[in-house]
Amino acid sequence: MACSCGNAEENQEKYFAPLKKVLENYDKKAKDLIPVLQETQEEYGYLPQEVLEEIAKSLRVPFSQVYGVVTFYSQFHLEPRGENIIRICMGTACHVRGADKVLDTMKEELGIDDGETTEDLKFTLESVACIGACGLAPVIMVNDNTHGLLTPETTVEVLDQYRG
Amino acid sequence: MKSLEELKELRERFQKDLRVRKASDKPKVIVGMDSCGIDAGAREILKKALTEISQRDLDVVVTQTACIGECDNEPTVTVDLPNEPKIVYGDVTVDKVEKIIVDHVVEGNIVKDLVVAELNE
Amino acid sequence: MDQSIYRSHILICGGTGCVSSGCKEVRSSLEEELAERDLVNEIKVIETGCHGFCEKGPLMIVYPEGVFYCKVQPEDMEEVVEEHILKGKVVERLLYTDPTTGENIPSYQEIDFYKKQQRTALINCGYIDPEEIKEYIATGGYEAIGKALTEMTPQEVIDEVKESGLRGRGGGGFPTGLKWQFASDAEGDKKYVICNADEGDPGAFMDRSILEGDPHVLIEGMILAAYAVGADEGYVYVRAEYPLAIKRLRVALEQAEENGLLGENLFGTDFSFKLRIKEGAGAFVCGEETALMASIEGERGMPRPRPPFPAEKGLWGKPTNINNVETYANVPAIIKEGAEAYKQVGTEGSTGTKVFALTGKINNTGLAEVPMGITMREIIYDIGGGINEGKEFKAVQIGGPSGGCLPEDKLDLTIDYDSLLEVGAMMGSGGLVVMDEDTCMVDVARFFLDFTQSESCGKCTPCRIGTKQMLDILERITVGEGQEGDIELLERLAENIKSTSLCGLGQTAPNPVLSTLRYFRDEYEAHIYEQTCPAGACEELLGAYVIDGEACVGCTVCTEACPVDAIAGEAKEEHLIDEDACIACGACVDKCPVDAITQ
Repeated sequence: MACSCGNAEENQEKYFAPLKKVLENYDKKAKDLIPVLQETQEEYGYLPQEVLEEIAKSLRVPFSQVYGVVTFYSQFHLEPRGENIIRICMGTACHVRGADKVLDTMKEELGIDDGETTEDLKFTLESVACIGACGLAPVIMVNDNTHGLLTPETTVEVLDQYRG
Repeated sequence: MKSLEELKELRERFQKDLRVRKASDKPKVIVGMDSCGIDAGAREILKKALTEISQRDLDVVVTQTACIGECDNEPTVTVDLPNEPKIVYGDVTVDKVEKIIVDHVVEGNIVKDLVVAELNE
Repeated sequence: MDQSIYRSHILICGGTGCVSSGCKEVRSSLEEELAERDLVNEIKVIETGCHGFCEKGPLMIVYPEGVFYCKVQPEDMEEVVEEHILKGKVVERLLYTDPTTGENIPSYQEIDFYKKQQRTALINCGYIDPEEIKEYIATGGYEAIGKALTEMTPQEVIDEVKESGLRGRGGGGFPTGLKWQFASDAEGDKKYVICNADEGDPGAFMDRSILEGDPHVLIEGMILAAYAVGADEGYVYVRAEYPLAIKRLRVALEQAEENGLLGENLFGTDFSFKLRIKEGAGAFVCGEETALMASIEGERGMPRPRPPFPAEKGLWGKPTNINNVETYANVPAIIKEGAEAYKQVGTEGSTGTKVFALTGKINNTGLAEVPMGITMREIIYDIGGGINEGKEFKAVQIGGPSGGCLPEDKLDLTIDYDSLLEVGAMMGSGGLVVMDEDTCMVDVARFFLDFTQSESCGKCTPCRIGTKQMLDILERITVGEGQEGDIELLERLAENIKSTSLCGLGQTAPNPVLSTLRYFRDEYEAHIYEQTCPAGACEELLGAYVIDGEACVGCTVCTEACPVDAIAGEAKEEHLIDEDACIACGACVDKCPVDAITQ
């Protein structure tokens, strides 16, 4: 968020600098919208409105279209996200091997619902479609690490590793 | 890549490195590497065998085995050629390795004075 | 260093499954042990792609002996190096133990899970280093494209693929050669080939394994397609949930370019081809080919009406050929060995092999590539080792959200594209999820509808609203509020959605409901008319967990087992479960030594 104290213009420039860098690698056409959004989200952790407006301007696409794309794909987020992203696989194999219980345990432990972020911005919890590690069902991904063959007890153990 | 021939040459070259993963019917040179063998100097024998095989570019597997009950004659080297009885050589020294490989593995002539056993399966 | 060959290769599986079981740590420990014993120049350590037997991971194979170790841990490496690598003694305790005979099996070819498999698409997975193009070339890689470019016309390539009988491995089973012919016949100065690697079906991960384990076979298959249809540009659309697959594919593309296997004037001909990766952004519907192309164009991934088919008007309005990963992975073998040899495997209408992802309540989970025409029973019992914990088999779900559930009496069905359609399922991408007596079939149907409903893109009404209606009814049934007439209503809605939806997602979404109604109607009836769940899975239809005070010995095992601290009670005193806090996970039931907890 652009800050209102001090030199507004300078802050503004600083704020958009990562976006400018991302845009440098593209020839600024509508077809680049998704990769630009992906890289921008990498930089900011989520997609703030001001940033989306800038992207719409640079790629010369209507803001409504940018918003449409962002809300269509589950990978994009309009709200700040936790330091650790916990993805609970809800695929078929995990479902029949008790993914619900893993999700319930996580909700209970973190005190948040599916799709929410803890107040201290430490964890975001989301249930996702199959992550393709069905041999180890039920599985979760914490950031880029896969943890498999979970029970409610080992779920808590995994979570503790990231509580630090 | 300019031609199919170039690719095939590359394949020939790279295949050598993968030979060890398709070992089932290949000639084998087996070094006894249990404690008795290692104490008697089998490590050096193994290295020498590898060097000899490699220098001659032979499609031969060099591998290790546990004690074969010839502790008195360690280090041992067993040559296992397809469809032939295994020949066990005993009290092998580094300078005898070359002879075993050239005479037996390459030319098929057993080095009689070093043989301690013949294993039929 | 005076020798260039290694006496032994140690292959460590670096697929996603084994990475999560800790193969990286195993590798570093192994390398330390080798260095300590001065074996680095004799022994080569290679990280391969998925070997398929994920549940037993991390997996390790030691060549030349071909000894197969499973569930290896970093602390096992000292023993492996000292005993096996140095002294030649196989470490028995790390071998696979046959669950029926209790015997240790040293070589993986002898393990039931691998014995009945026949590998074409996965032939190199777990055998070569996927980040080393040399190893792919050493197995004869890129010779098919070399042969095609220098000795065959594009039409001859198409004819060979047609003759092979290869059908699309991603879902519908459309003949691949015919698809190529359409794209080849289409008029246009610019054409594209696309690989659909947006493997979204829950329960399927074969495409991921090919991408991670043998990315060059996909690249070669795509170059062949490009040459056949006359395209000079291609895209691999990979879902972003597969970071390792994307990384390996990226490495492979770079190496292929460096070696002149992608780019300008391949094999000295005037054929040129560029290949790029597009990362998906998380939308199941993008597995539908027209939605996928919309996504590459930077738009919302919504399907477009067909015709025109992609072969005529595809990406950016240009003729486009699109196949999935496993389909492309079959093509190099067809060109290299010939259609005749390829056809020897499989059935008349469905040639070759198919990779199945075996998951669920089964002993051996993992990937199995088998000839078409094998029976479901062989896959589940001979390869999969049967149902785990000695439970009863109930159903197998095949084909993901588009497929169906088959009961026990269909187990002897020979599997091919057409036989599956006849019994109300479909090949789909080849996910096989095995269900036992504890799985509720109404809940399974609800699960799939929940999935397709939330993944429906919303463009066409039957899919957007119809699946929502079906889901509402199913949810009602699973909480005991089903009504007379619900089953008939579900059937009517299903037929309407199937016949009027725009794309494959909607057209097949009702299949899980229809097939469970066909084979497990009694379970629906029990939920609706008797408010009971025969499998004991629908929580609202079960009582809460209670501890029998008489039987409880006050050992506190259950209080410790409870993940949410819902059980109160001091040692030697009777314990109590707080019904509101209880999440009904059953952890306490499993742990109770005196079976005092019931539902």
